[in-house]
Amino acid sequence: MSFSQASENARASVSQEAAVLQVCDLRVYYDTPLGAVRAVDGVSFEVYQGEVLGLVGESGCGKTTAAMAVLRLVQPPGRIVGGQVFLNGVELTRLSEGELRRIRWRELALIPQGAMNSLNPVMKVRDQIADAIETHEGKQPARELKERILQLLATVGLPARVYNMYPHELSGGMKQRVCIAMAIALNPPLIIADEPTSALDVVVQRVVGETLLRVKEQLGVSIILIGHDMGLQAQLANRVAVMYAGHLVELAPVLAIFSAPLHPYTQLLIEAIPTIKQRKPLKLTEGLTHDLRNPPPGCIFHLRCPHAMDVCRSEKPPLREVRPGHFLACYLHA
Amino acid sequence: MRGLTLGYLVRRLGMFFLTIWLGATIIFIVPRLAPGDPVAAMVTRLQAQSGYVEGSAEMIEAWRARFGLDGPIYVQYVNYLRSVLTFNLGFSLSSFPSRVEEMIAQALPWTVGLLSVATIISFVIGNAIGALLAWRRTPAALRAILPLSFTFTSIPFFMLAILFIYVFAFGLRWFPPFGAYGRGLVKGFNWPFIKSVVEHGVLPAFSIVVASMGFWGLGMRGMMITTDGEDYMILAQAKGLRPARIFWNYGIRNAVLPQFTALALSLGGIVGGSTLVEYVFAYPGMGYLLYQGIVNNDYTLIQGIVFMLIVTTATAVFIIDLLYPFIDPRISYQKR
Repeated sequence: MSFSQASENARASVSQEAAVLQVCDLRVYYDTPLGAVRAVDGVSFEVYQGEVLGLVGESGCGKTTAAMAVLRLVQPPGRIVGGQVFLNGVELTRLSEGELRRIRWRELALIPQGAMNSLNPVMKVRDQIADAIETHEGKQPARELKERILQLLATVGLPARVYNMYPHELSGGMKQRVCIAMAIALNPPLIIADEPTSALDVVVQRVVGETLLRVKEQLGVSIILIGHDMGLQAQLANRVAVMYAGHLVELAPVLAIFSAPLHPYTQLLIEAIPTIKQRKPLKLTEGLTHDLRNPPPGCIFHLRCPHAMDVCRSEKPPLREVRPGHFLACYLHA
Repeated sequence: MRGLTLGYLVRRLGMFFLTIWLGATIIFIVPRLAPGDPVAAMVTRLQAQSGYVEGSAEMIEAWRARFGLDGPIYVQYVNYLRSVLTFNLGFSLSSFPSRVEEMIAQALPWTVGLLSVATIISFVIGNAIGALLAWRRTPAALRAILPLSFTFTSIPFFMLAILFIYVFAFGLRWFPPFGAYGRGLVKGFNWPFIKSVVEHGVLPAFSIVVASMGFWGLGMRGMMITTDGEDYMILAQAKGLRPARIFWNYGIRNAVLPQFTALALSLGGIVGGSTLVEYVFAYPGMGYLLYQGIVNNDYTLIQGIVFMLIVTTATAVFIIDLLYPFIDPRISYQKR
């Protein structure tokens, strides 16, 4: 089965009804001496069972912070100041540390950004995977544990010898696949993949992308795929959410985002994707990014928007469903 | 693929002997660069004390022959190397009939006993405090108290030692103020002697620990803060591991690596003794011996102690080189 065929099949199997994750009005601020930076300012979305939700936007738009908030791993001085996160009906932001610890990895795993440094350099691959398993399932019989870890490594296409290796003995792509193997060790319903292919060369990016897809196929896991690799998004994602300056501006099926984006920011973003035949300049150069400590009134994007109207400067556009399954926060398509 | 190879061992051993040879050669050269003649200087000193020494010229000649200073420089050098490599460190100049290696042999056990115990205690406590200070989950109350333990680091060893003697030896009379063991005890493996040695060791060891643990603590705190920001710490948290496991297996296990190198070096250096502490407590160790050598211009004694330092430091480095691949898998025995 080819890569693209597989993506098509995977898309068809998404159940639209069952939301694994519901994020409601999430707010994450970073406290600074000059005021709170509103990295994520009222973001809401759902992730359905078996789907890949792409989360895209420029660097610093808050996509990683939003994902970290879902995991409750926002590092100080960041803190979640509001909103709810329901994972299979359980509100994560209210849980105690102990309750949260039991849910982590079992229900919600992470494929980290920069797998280069995400593995403990002094522990063998097998011990790091075993750590995740035994923390949640208790001490396992040695032979079964080994079988299981070898099986996981095989699932992500790694040779058995990786079992006994240290992270520094692996290439970047292998490390990333070890992280994927670790993420699926407990068969979680949701995995957050934070730019899983950044810092990898294109060939390895493809291998990692295929691995993710295979994992999704086999396990029926939902994935939040964060990243600005639009090619990867096009291949893997079912729906794509576009973030700008801590706000979700558009959320639509992947085809709609790529072929008929509605939000001016998404349009500029998609237009800037270079093709092999043509280099394209980024048109998003007019106007300045506003100060995230002091967002302007009205639409978050109006300072840079080529179509800004009067209403955009005073009223904040709500995220509304403008077409079936197509959410937009913009007055242009009211 | 990893593992101790013969080639690695040979290279390391070669390095080990090269270091010792270079060190020994420098000790040989440096005093000879200084103007004057140690024997003549000694006779002059005698003359200054007693006004006149009969047959001083013959005396100088005889002593030169006795100390092997009458031959050409390369003969002296070869003789020196031969004797030094057999730990034949010559006669002490200040207490003449005693031999330097005997004096060192008497002082060494005291220093090694005192300083190795003190260094290891200080290493453990200092690193633990440093790691806790950097750890985000450390209770606020503990975090507020811990830095107090480092304030003593800014007080010099010997000031602290004097303070301890005043409070614990003369004031509270808990511990003896000086010496390494009580008078009139039979040296050997018997309870009263051991008890006395421990009692005498507590104050010097305590002052060394208190004064030096800040060094370990501050180093560890810095390393731990760096480690805490690593991606694998965040992933460990995301994995839902218990905080204690993250602290030990992911945090300390990584942060402590550079500390081991420093530990090996300071353990290698302990045969030099802790001169000031040993002096204040009149502890009969290497530091005290070195102090006596310096006050009495006892060159052979000083040379002997410095040579011992070179040998033990080289040994410590050799051992840590062999052990390091076991504590840090990224370092391998393979040639790069």
